[in-house]
Amino acid sequence: MRKIIKNSYLLISVFMLLILAACGNDTTTTDGNDSEAEKTDGPVSAKIGVISYLTGPGAAYGEAITNGFNLALEEINEKGEVKIELDIQDSAGKQEQALSVAQKLMSSDDIVAILGPTLSTEMNVVGPEADMNGIPIMGTSTTAAGIPQIGEYVFRNSLPESLAIPAALEKAVEKFDAKSVAILYGNDDLFTKSGFDTMKAVAEDMGLDIVTIETFQKGQSDYNALLTKIKDLNPDLILASALYNEGAVIMDQARKMGIEVPFIGGNGFNSPQVIEIAGPASEGLIVATPWFGDKEDPKVQEFVGKYEAKYGKKPDQFAAQAYDALYIMAEGLKNAGEADRDALRDALAEIKDLDGVLGKFSFDEEGDVVMDPTVLVIKDGKFQLFE
Amino acid sequence: MLLEQLINGITLGSIYAIVALGFTLVFGVLGIINMAHGEIFMFGAFIGVIVTSVMGLPLWVAFIAAIAVTAVLGYMLERIALRPLRGKQGVSHLAPLISTIGVSILLENLSHHLFGAGNQPFRNAFAEIQIQIGSITIYLVQILIFVISVALMLALSYWLSKTKAGKALRATAENLETASLLGVNTKRTITTTVIIASVMGGIAGILVGMAFNSVNPQMGLSMGLKGLAIIILGGMGNVKGAMAGGLLLGIAETLIVAYGDSGYRDAVAFITIIFILLLRPQGLFGKNTAESGR
Repeated sequence: MRKIIKNSYLLISVFMLLILAACGNDTTTTDGNDSEAEKTDGPVSAKIGVISYLTGPGAAYGEAITNGFNLALEEINEKGEVKIELDIQDSAGKQEQALSVAQKLMSSDDIVAILGPTLSTEMNVVGPEADMNGIPIMGTSTTAAGIPQIGEYVFRNSLPESLAIPAALEKAVEKFDAKSVAILYGNDDLFTKSGFDTMKAVAEDMGLDIVTIETFQKGQSDYNALLTKIKDLNPDLILASALYNEGAVIMDQARKMGIEVPFIGGNGFNSPQVIEIAGPASEGLIVATPWFGDKEDPKVQEFVGKYEAKYGKKPDQFAAQAYDALYIMAEGLKNAGEADRDALRDALAEIKDLDGVLGKFSFDEEGDVVMDPTVLVIKDGKFQLFE
Repeated sequence: MLLEQLINGITLGSIYAIVALGFTLVFGVLGIINMAHGEIFMFGAFIGVIVTSVMGLPLWVAFIAAIAVTAVLGYMLERIALRPLRGKQGVSHLAPLISTIGVSILLENLSHHLFGAGNQPFRNAFAEIQIQIGSITIYLVQILIFVISVALMLALSYWLSKTKAGKALRATAENLETASLLGVNTKRTITTTVIIASVMGGIAGILVGMAFNSVNPQMGLSMGLKGLAIIILGGMGNVKGAMAGGLLLGIAETLIVAYGDSGYRDAVAFITIIFILLLRPQGLFGKNTAESGR
């Protein structure tokens, strides 16, 4: 018995040696060939992992995001400055699944960077792991506070609430000469809760009088009690950190009750679905967004046209952010000059004023977004520029 | 403001009451807490949305369609999930509860699949009719909800105490075997009861859709839990108790939001229920039997 174990150990160690030797050989030869080829004539070719929410209740987000990636991928490879291959994985919106597919991607040596995951809660578990393994990771839809602060390998190109909400609020206060606000938020969701914290801080900074703070839960259907209370307090503006599902119903019930003041929403409230659900009651919703599909910019219009031709619907914010994200990665790879994780990280950190469909884009020193959001208002049944 | 909030509370309470009536009926006869009731309620609401908003048919068609669909769901619930477990040797008394939980999960996921995950708007001209008294706006739907809930309660009380079918039902509730020996068709009685309860859920669903303009697959769960709390508050299997409990919870929730903190809405409402139950363990209208007095 003991002999067999001893023998097997021996066998295993011999195998391991062989494998190691093979690895060494392999890498040296290909490295030599590739890096020379890259530096002289051929483009950098790299494999990028994508973690997205493809199945489950939020699958619509994942679909828009991967559509954005695929469209950008085609264009980038056609241009030929860099060659990119995507390895798309499903997180199903679950932290544990996101982590396990991320580990799978990280352990593969070909993958130089990861795009995604979709939700901030997923990023909170995947981000630290990626940072520890030294692989650049970029969220395209993660807007909660503190994401790029996870580590120096963690980036995002999605506009955080801390930029969007002040932009919308400042413009609205200026326009309507608002003095008092009421704040509403969903207190059972990390995302809406963090949006509320920003709203409250910004409102206090601006010296606005917060007349009341009310909470609700996901899936609640009756908001009459808290809206009656707000109606009685008569604020100039209502700040609502809500997802569009609840937000649209709140607006509908508010308008029915005769509350006519404008609403200001966060990122979760920013969806054409609001118009679909609340109809005319959605008039007067003000949101700040990185993405405005009707912008008179040839780049934006070209993207919208191509996207619509390919997928049969208009791109939303998530598709646009994903589209730009892959271009940012491509720019990083081009500047890095090689498919190396550390070189790519350094190149990404230096990206400045890159033109995309969302506008001019830069990273700050923490890997967070620097850009000017567009403020929109729902008017005549569609989102329009808020002046 | 108080008056407006009271109207809000009575509307919400009436809806709770209709949901609770369905619960209490099934509990009274079968002694089963029907966890699928909230989901049947949600299905009724979705049928209402589809008939009025998507197909553009008038409201009464929506009521008939919802009643028909929820009646079928009720029949299937009884036939597939409840009857096979009844009176069998070795079946735990918790088995029907678990099987209704299974049905509720099935229905919720089915509606995810059929109707999508988001909120569906309930566009209907009837839901817009309003009466303005001073600064107070009352919607006709709010009055209708209250009237329907009271009417359903009265009809049920009458049906249970005065009609032959109602007496058969109470006999079945008392003792299934004895009732069967005395010539009551217990199978049919039970099936009828589950169907009536489901139909009431369906009606409540449409009313909620009209009142709040919000229909989504998750709405059944919270309504179901509230309904459960109400029948415990009102007294298990008691029709008047369900009505009173529903109104009490609805008004309590509304007033807490109006004069307190909306974050504590459910907490305060349920703490109130616990207190009432400490004082009256049998519930507001429950019979003080020797067993419950222990």
